[in-house]
Amino acid sequence: MSSTVILIVVLVVVVLALAVGAGVLVARKRRISLTEAGKSEKPKDKPQGGGYATGSAISLAPGGRTETVEPPVEASPPADVEPATVAEPVEPVEADAELVEVVIEVEPAPEVEAEEIEPPSGRLERLRGRLARSRSTLGQGLLGLLGAGDLDEDSWTEVEDTLLMADLGAATTEEVVTRLRAELSTKGVRTAEQARAVLRSVLVEALRPDMERAVRALPHETAEHGKQPAVVLVAGVNGTGKTTTTGKLARVLVAGGRTVLLGAADTFRAAAAEQLATWAERVGAEVVRGKEGADPAAVAFDAVKRGVEAKVDAVLIDTAGRLHTKTGLMDELGKVKRVVGKLAEIDEVLLVLDATTGQNGLAQARVFGEVVDVTGIVLTKLDGTAKGGIVFQVQRELGVPVKLVGLGEGADDLAPFEPEAFVDALLA
Amino acid sequence: MFDTLSDRLTSVLQNLRGKGRLSDADIDATAREIRIALLEADVALPVVRTFIAKVKERAKGSEVSQALNPAQQVVKIVNEELVEILGGETRRLNLAKNPPSVIMLAGLQGSGKTTLAGKLARWLVGQGHRPLLVACDLQRPNAVTQLQVVGERAGVAVYAPEPGNGVGDPVDVARRSIDEAKHGQNDVVVVDTAGRLGVDEEMMRQAADIREAVQPDEVLFVVDAMIGQDAVTTAEAFRDGVGFTGVVLTKLDGDARGGAALSVREVTGQPILFASNGEKLEDFDTFHPDRMASRILGMGDVLTLIEQAEQAFDQEQAEAAAAKVASGELTLEDFLEQMLAVRKMGPIGNLLGMLPGAGQMKDALAQVDDKQLDKLQAIIRGMTPAERDNPKMINASRRLRIAKGSGVQVRDVNELVNRFFEARKMMAQMAGRFGFGGPGRVSKTRKGKKGKKGKGRGPTPPKVRGGMPGFPGGLPPMPTGGGGPSLPPGFAGGMNDLPPGFDPSKLKLPKNPKDN
Ligand SMILES: Nc1nc2c(ncn2[C@@H]2O[C@H](COP(=O)(O)OP(=O)(O)OP(=O)(O)O)[C@@H](O)[C@H]2O)c(=O)[nH]1
Ligand SMILES: [Mg+2]
Repeated sequence: MSSTVILIVVLVVVVLALAVGAGVLVARKRRISLTEAGKSEKPKDKPQGGGYATGSAISLAPGGRTETVEPPVEASPPADVEPATVAEPVEPVEADAELVEVVIEVEPAPEVEAEEIEPPSGRLERLRGRLARSRSTLGQGLLGLLGAGDLDEDSWTEVEDTLLMADLGAATTEEVVTRLRAELSTKGVRTAEQARAVLRSVLVEALRPDMERAVRALPHETAEHGKQPAVVLVAGVNGTGKTTTTGKLARVLVAGGRTVLLGAADTFRAAAAEQLATWAERVGAEVVRGKEGADPAAVAFDAVKRGVEAKVDAVLIDTAGRLHTKTGLMDELGKVKRVVGKLAEIDEVLLVLDATTGQNGLAQARVFGEVVDVTGIVLTKLDGTAKGGIVFQVQRELGVPVKLVGLGEGADDLAPFEPEAFVDALLA
Repeated sequence: MFDTLSDRLTSVLQNLRGKGRLSDADIDATAREIRIALLEADVALPVVRTFIAKVKERAKGSEVSQALNPAQQVVKIVNEELVEILGGETRRLNLAKNPPSVIMLAGLQGSGKTTLAGKLARWLVGQGHRPLLVACDLQRPNAVTQLQVVGERAGVAVYAPEPGNGVGDPVDVARRSIDEAKHGQNDVVVVDTAGRLGVDEEMMRQAADIREAVQPDEVLFVVDAMIGQDAVTTAEAFRDGVGFTGVVLTKLDGDARGGAALSVREVTGQPILFASNGEKLEDFDTFHPDRMASRILGMGDVLTLIEQAEQAFDQEQAEAAAAKVASGELTLEDFLEQMLAVRKMGPIGNLLGMLPGAGQMKDALAQVDDKQLDKLQAIIRGMTPAERDNPKMINASRRLRIAKGSGVQVRDVNELVNRFFEARKMMAQMAGRFGFGGPGRVSKTRKGKKGKKGKGRGPTPPKVRGGMPGFPGGLPPMPTGGGGPSLPPGFAGGMNDLPPGFDPSKLKLPKNPKDN
């Protein structure tokens, strides 16, 4: 009893005091589901022919709901990069009830040649190279799994530690270990090498290698309007690498001979639009931006409008970093999506997660998924020591694949997500 | 799945109810739960290990408390240990005897250095200083511009001689900034540096060179509260590569449990000096170890509350009152007594703030102040003991007398009496439904309520979408929580005796009793 009772009494008294003293109506809390909204109502459009993804380059797919004209392709750099077209200024948006008027500035893509673009194969090399940085004693530990006939608890602990330290989380780690135990015994594994292979395959399996990971950033054809740009929305909490990812993705597209327009819908953070503009210049893309403090939905709307008019191949919208706990800001993001949706279907909503993020990554993904129906995850900063294991839970719970990984601050440090490569890095 | 340490411990220690002391077996059983809870809070594994060893050690020789059950005892030890590590040595910012003092910021990409530079500058201005911000992040596109804007907002000078975006030598800028500060009579120099990875040798060397060039009085390691297991590796890399003298935790306005605070503190031994909790310049505070400990454990400030309550309350009286609440026999006398005890714990607003989840009652709180409670007390005091025991006997003439005696309107007396009846009925119903009451009435509600419980989301529950009158955002997830919010995890399922479903928000109290 004891202090608990005291606490009950404290609470009762406080509630009574509120009720009696102030007549405050304590309303029954409505039940709110965090999971349902938007989950089932919209079947995800699967891009066709995902088999193109060989894993050596970022796989791209057309946006749009229906008939796709272009098959998914892999971005590969053309011999020379054409600069994007020069744009005329766009008028402010009118007529949309939800929009406020903003003055939009369009900066044309630079006439200069964009920097030389690294071939995609280089990216993968880098992925492999950087990921396989440190070696651990896991191999030896696994030997212990088999040694002396039976299970060696130390080795299990070591496997568990590896997974925990990779941010898989306690629950997922336990599941993987359970699976591993089962597999090891059914498969009659004899060597550490085999055990390692089993662990690897259990982990790869858990990452669902069958998921479609093409980024829907290619234009699609519609009956009435002809070519429509793919619209990609980039979102995430503060500092995860949204702007950088937007820039890098633009680079991949431009390298593939596409025209890209960037929408600077981060009108909040100081110098955010300039940052994106710098990226636009760097990679050879046009940028649409609003004044600081402008309505991000209006800027995004204008960017897409401008993109449609200019018949670009893709419009990438960078949004302000926002913590998923801030209702107002999340509503704002929902509005960006809704408003843009009046003009064009958003083909891809990328949630940018920082690989250093721990268990909170799941909470982020849940809320963003609910608000803007995330279609792909970008895992950034995998060039550091963090392993990014939170994506196991994120992928599973949201059913949304990790599509891209960020491997550095350079324009070419973007690579496709491959479960095998990821697991190898995790076990390295 | 359990959300908080107390939930976990309760489930482990269920069979130990009433034993009141910890055996070795108990301690071992709890160690695993503590481990998982800490891991879920992103405390780094090696730190979890040493921490648990310490807790075990302490728990074994632990002083047996009659006031706490085993789960509570363990939670208390864990909490105290956490506070001790987190707080260890708190200190103020070191400033030089001969200005300018130099504060250098370092950390991973995206950890929030530039924003922090602005906040720190503003805070320093508030302390009567004249800071100078120095733009040494010449790497990230437009980081220089960002610092200029931030500096302008904070109303401080910014030294940004190089354009950035890859152009300019940060070491040189840092070096020159000292003269600039002397020139401009700035007594504190805040050096913003580029984000860098611990494994990036070149960049780490650059940071060391900057340090060498400016000889800072403080090097602050800026770390995102959301960081996971990598916190240790990174903190070590910065400790060895640059060397830092203090830590700043950022993005605490999110719902990450922030176990990194413990990891970094434990591994590097450097104190956490500041907490940054928002995007605005003023969202910045000195670090509070106790709040952080509760946050890591997912318990709000409930432990503080327990402590205060233990001091303010008379145990037996409280138990008697609880039993009466359950049976609907609570009298105005009991109410007065308990209210006096509650008020001994401080202003009611503060008190509610300490109940995790009660943050959502803010609107309600805004309408109540201690004056109203004074009035309440005055009215009750104006009653005879018989009237307090049996409010039903308070008829019209008595009401008039009481009103006169306590200097209020008759209407006020009416309201109090009516509302009290309503509220008492509600309380009793709820208590009955959730099975709490006198001793021996153990909650049977655990499976009575259906529905999924929320997942652990840390001390600040993510806002539930859409506005909700009354309790926007919902109270923290409940251990068994069915339909809704309930008591803070720390003393709901967490404390053995508390009915898991007891839910103040289920109360629908009459707004205007005259309507019925
Ligand atoms: N090492 C490394 N750094 C990265 C990566 N991606 C982004 N960054 C860096 O992380 C920092 C933050 O990146 P931004 O792109 O500005 O992040 P953001 O999400 O747009 O930030 P806000 O808009 O402020 O919320 C910058 O210093 C980037 O250079 C990556 O994959 N690896
Ligand atoms: Mg950004």
